[in-house]
Amino acid sequence: MFKILKKTQFSEKVFEFRVEAPRMAKKAHAGQFLMVRADETGERVPFTFANWNPEEGWIEFIFMVVGKTTQCLSQLNEGDYIRDITGPLGKPTEIEGDRVAVIGGGVGLAIAYPVARMLCEQGKKVYVIMGARNKDLLILFEQFAALPLEELFVTTDDGSMGEKGVVTLPLARLCESDAIDSAFAVGPVPMMKFSARTCREYKIPIVASLNPIMVDGTGMCGCCRVEVGGETLFACVDGPDFNADLVDWDDLAHRQASYKAEEALSIKHHEEACACQK
Amino acid sequence: MPEVTKYRPNIGAPRTPANEEPAAERARDFRPVDTGYTKADAIAEANRCLDCKKPLCMEGCPVGVHIPQFIEKIRQEDWAGALETIKADNLLPSVCGRVCPQENQCEGKCILGKKGDPVAIGQLERMLGDMADEVGTAPECAPANGKKVAVVGSGPSGIACAGELARMGFDVTVFEAFFTGGGVLTYGIPEFRLPKAIVKREIDGLEQLGVHFEYNSVAGRLFDADELFEDEGFDALYLAVGAGLPRFLHVPGENLPGVYCANEYLTRTNLMKAYEFPIYDTPIRHGKNVVVFGGGNVAMDAARTALRLGAEKVTLAYRRTEAEMPARRAEIHHAKEEGVEILELANPLRFLPGPDGFVSTIELQRMELGEPDASGRRRPIPVEGSEFAIPCDVAITAIGTRANPFAKLCADVELNRWGLIETDEHGRTSNPKVWAGGDIVTGAATVILAMGAGKTAAHSIAETLLAE
Repeated sequence: MFKILKKTQFSEKVFEFRVEAPRMAKKAHAGQFLMVRADETGERVPFTFANWNPEEGWIEFIFMVVGKTTQCLSQLNEGDYIRDITGPLGKPTEIEGDRVAVIGGGVGLAIAYPVARMLCEQGKKVYVIMGARNKDLLILFEQFAALPLEELFVTTDDGSMGEKGVVTLPLARLCESDAIDSAFAVGPVPMMKFSARTCREYKIPIVASLNPIMVDGTGMCGCCRVEVGGETLFACVDGPDFNADLVDWDDLAHRQASYKAEEALSIKHHEEACACQK
Repeated sequence: MPEVTKYRPNIGAPRTPANEEPAAERARDFRPVDTGYTKADAIAEANRCLDCKKPLCMEGCPVGVHIPQFIEKIRQEDWAGALETIKADNLLPSVCGRVCPQENQCEGKCILGKKGDPVAIGQLERMLGDMADEVGTAPECAPANGKKVAVVGSGPSGIACAGELARMGFDVTVFEAFFTGGGVLTYGIPEFRLPKAIVKREIDGLEQLGVHFEYNSVAGRLFDADELFEDEGFDALYLAVGAGLPRFLHVPGENLPGVYCANEYLTRTNLMKAYEFPIYDTPIRHGKNVVVFGGGNVAMDAARTALRLGAEKVTLAYRRTEAEMPARRAEIHHAKEEGVEILELANPLRFLPGPDGFVSTIELQRMELGEPDASGRRRPIPVEGSEFAIPCDVAITAIGTRANPFAKLCADVELNRWGLIETDEHGRTSNPKVWAGGDIVTGAATVILAMGAGKTAAHSIAETLLAE
């Protein structure tokens, strides 16, 4: 059981938990993830470490309410317990280059944030490009704005905040002006795919943090397999970071959609059960 | 003096049949395939044993269970004594009685098997194991000797090692990556073949012996061997991390949604209880036409699980013929009895998607058997121009596993070229404080061999630490 020490709400659907986990706090690195099983009947769901403190023995992760597990998590409070947390898993993020564009889209912004912070701490010049469908879905803006960035770009599909359009617009400008020598992207598949395509045009290396469905997270089940450069690799042990230029994006998108119908059913079942309790 | 009557075996009596549930019924839910022997069944079966002077059955047992002795105690209806006799050599009779390939081990050596059916040693062992709550007593532990041993992995090998060490007075902690114990017994072997309540009872038994379990603890990521020795005061480490990494066919379309490897399919079902979705959150795709590739026990488990998840048709495609399948005959028999259809001499070429993006068709190729290969089995050779297609909405590949890659992150030990840990016959690795055993040393093998390795290593660890 893992005790929630602190709960922070960033926006209607975005939360951060600080959880007591002394062993894990000593071993976590940016880009690595943990797997949560909220309760006895819960699914195992991966979340990236947002922060950790080995002296105080806690770890933090940020999540956005998108499905049943995150909905259940959002209802927990300080002092409550999470049934199981396993980690750290995956390989830490390693970014070459000194001038880096960090591109985050949607829920992926929760993963982009600790990476951007780490790169700032490493003394690199960091440009952040935040993307979302609209202003309400653009999470962690204040947190990003507080980092010592070279520049912060915001794009929304509907123009309700920042530039109207997609993340590749500012990315192309950064590439064009020779401001960056590498990039990191995390978010929806089309966003990562087109970021990789833009970077390819300018021969800028780009790493993407992939988010396929996982079950065990330790390389045992093969659920999170991805095609990278013609090789079948496991995001949980070989990643989650990969050379974005080599990723088979269509394959990833298909696999991510494997349980769309079941996810909807799970939420419906959960809401009905909640309604019964009320 | 009381008259001593010499035991006379009931020669010519047929083997007492297993109490199997009707195939058509059991194939629709996750109930156990057979309900096990009653006491009367066990006594009748025990009376078939010839009580050989030189018991070959014992030679066939990888952990040397004193089989004639426990059978004799069954005849005397000394159930507690019979269970104790087994437990002296094998801590997990309920598990081994169910999943050991007895036909190649004890029962395979039984003299009665030469002309008829061997004594049903597995059924007897299982029955005694299951009586633990009724007649079992906690084994006695030697006084604490102050030495600490870490075991990584709570599968059969780790459990056996931990139990043996605890009985010898060691302070044992088992580190397990999952949220619950048992390893392959929990995530791999289905409920209908090995009820999870039995695995839990065995783990509880170890806790009663004083073994500590630390779940959610991924060795090599959360800690490594040096930290266990230097920071946490452990004196030795036993690595039993298994060989659970799946192999793939590497044919086009293998990543389509609806194509599983057996590990994922079984982990979702067994560990995460996807068959109870949406009460349990983890989903699984319920196919109408399920095709499984492989011929081993895992392939049988996957095929039979698919039936229980409601498949209308389950086909098991294999490159060779049924005769060459590595699965236990009993498993093949059960699978066929339940309705699994076997498609021999068929090799998958590609998976094709339907309009919804999920797998909908498999293209296969006919094979024929050529000369024997290194495994001694006849090599399958493709028949040119024999391609054909079958419909399929769930495909499951069960073509073997590889070494767990966390072994090398966990401790500085020598590996062979397959990533398996090199050990001597006592389980010693190249690192003097580290022992290893089970599938991470042998590659995928049986539960009982993994347990045997755990027991052997436990004694080697004891010998080394107590000599210090």
